[in-house]
Amino acid sequence: MSEFTIPQPTRPWDRKRSEVVRSGVSLAIVGLLSFAIVLFTGFSGVDGWALCILLLCVAVLIYRGRKLSKKERGNATVQLVITAAAILAFAPWLSIFGSVLVKGIVGLKVNFVTSDMRTTVPDDDLSMGGALHAILGSLLMVLMATIITLPLGILSGVYLTEIKGRFTFLVRFVIQSMSGVPSIVAGLFVFTTYVSATHGPTALGGSLALGILMLPTVARTAEEVLKLVPDDLRSASLALGARQWRTTLMVVLPTVRSGLITAGILGVARVIGETAPLLLTAGSSTAFWFNPVKGPIASLPIYVFGMLQIGTEYAVNRAWTGALVLMLAVFALFFTARKLGGKDKR
Amino acid sequence: MNIVAPVKREMHVVHSRGDKVFRGIVTAGALTSLVILGLIGSFLFARGAQVFSQYGLKFITGTNWSSSLDEGIPSEFGMGPMLVGTIIVSAIALLFAVPMSIAGALYIEFYATGRLRKILSGLLDLAAAIPSLIFGLWGIQVFTNFGQNWAEFLANRLGWFPLFNTISDNYGRSPFVAGCVLASMVVPITTSVAREVYSRTPRELIDTCYALGGSKWGAIKTVVLPFGKSGVVGGAMLGLGRALGETVAVYLVLNLNFRYTFRILESEGGNVASLIATRFGESSSEELTALVAAGFVLFLLTLTVNMIASAIVTRTTRK
Repeated sequence: MSEFTIPQPTRPWDRKRSEVVRSGVSLAIVGLLSFAIVLFTGFSGVDGWALCILLLCVAVLIYRGRKLSKKERGNATVQLVITAAAILAFAPWLSIFGSVLVKGIVGLKVNFVTSDMRTTVPDDDLSMGGALHAILGSLLMVLMATIITLPLGILSGVYLTEIKGRFTFLVRFVIQSMSGVPSIVAGLFVFTTYVSATHGPTALGGSLALGILMLPTVARTAEEVLKLVPDDLRSASLALGARQWRTTLMVVLPTVRSGLITAGILGVARVIGETAPLLLTAGSSTAFWFNPVKGPIASLPIYVFGMLQIGTEYAVNRAWTGALVLMLAVFALFFTARKLGGKDKR
Repeated sequence: MNIVAPVKREMHVVHSRGDKVFRGIVTAGALTSLVILGLIGSFLFARGAQVFSQYGLKFITGTNWSSSLDEGIPSEFGMGPMLVGTIIVSAIALLFAVPMSIAGALYIEFYATGRLRKILSGLLDLAAAIPSLIFGLWGIQVFTNFGQNWAEFLANRLGWFPLFNTISDNYGRSPFVAGCVLASMVVPITTSVAREVYSRTPRELIDTCYALGGSKWGAIKTVVLPFGKSGVVGGAMLGLGRALGETVAVYLVLNLNFRYTFRILESEGGNVASLIATRFGESSSEELTALVAAGFVLFLLTLTVNMIASAIVTRTTRK
């Protein structure tokens, strides 16, 4: 039996391999040359080096451009401009990943995740104290926020895909606009309604604020995954005599279970680094007590923020380590979501 | 012989009681987001109403923000410089972010090949997930060193240009640096929207362009860019919404000062969200009301921007 392969659309704009190699080699030469120039002249630093490379590329372009046709010259110019701007766009992220890793790893010792700041001041040696209380606080608040938000988000998704009632447009629009509510406004809202009316900052206050920020992400992802459920499944279930509620609860939702978990995970990833609302609603502390409705509670973002405000060398080190843990957590969540998200589609 | 195309049968559904309950619960759940949004608006307005009625428009245009605990000296709250500062910083951010995002999206879609393309699109997704706190941390600890030099360069060479005018030589923690940090935060959002729209460009049109002897740039200029225009505008508006409401990243980087300033390279600026974060901890109840009112103004501003943005994005990506 012969195998048929469905022809995939080609990408005629892709450059040929030889072209890629050639431009790579010439870029390397230009890079080295600029490095030499940086060493011996007034340009300095990474940015000076990048500028030097760009200027040399422009020079090469002008030199080569004399021989090219107008069309080819235009193409090459645009390619240089777009590549340079794209590098400028991607560079900050690489710089962020790099600096968080390099500066954060200094303080990443076992005690960072096993002890808290009860008996340690930020200026103590990095082998003392840690962020256990902040990590636990973050986990508690995020967990509570998820418990509040996930059902609401899934209900919104079900409404948009299964019921499609008369508010469909409105709900979708509100969810879209809600994702733009500034985090500090969410914090301010929870503060005016809940925190100031009770005993001041608590874990519950923090998780309510986080929930507001999480809901749009969860709802939108839930809608997206529910859309993937084939209509045949619904029709089959209805044809077997199941009511809509049974169809939804026993056929539609179980089909996309891992997708719905993904929605929750993406929501958590969205809010785990939120700082501003927690400043207003959860406060900070030096140790962890499990009491969601009483007393301020520390969280990882606030830990980083507070250490940075103190500003001494060790405190800043602690801030970077906290940021590293935070970023690793976000990435872990993100990759889990991707893995799970791929499952339903198969 | 007449052939009549079959008409779709009209179906009437009578929901059972169980279904009615189910639909009621789901509808209620879906409407909570509407309720929450309404509550946010109305509560903030109610708490801040006193300030609005006391100061009127002066709350928006006033230049002085002073809270006094002394009965004799009246407090005064005007958020003008903060509002203007917010707009300046966001404008700087967008000015950098939009061209970079267009280039980034075009690069991923049309210039990068094979593995590089995969790596970059993965990087883009990850960057969108970085918490703003980390942008702020990076901004003040790493980027400021670069930004300061660039600002100094601009001030020395282009100081004659009114915006680049400076009277002191302190360039760190300026609106320029904060705007750059915000730009790097906005780029992931705008780039992913732009990329999404660019990838929907009809293949026939691009192929036609090539078949007519067009170059790659020709195809991009005549087909891809016009096709993606409104999507990019929507993405930029989404980014603007994020930039306007951003708190910690700006708070950490910008040196907050209560004065109208248009000297963007100098170490002072304003920002509504940072104002709330700064003053919140030590405010009297009177000032707290004013802060809530400022929060309401910020809420309205970002909500408007976001509604326009989401309207544009939904319209362009649904096709």
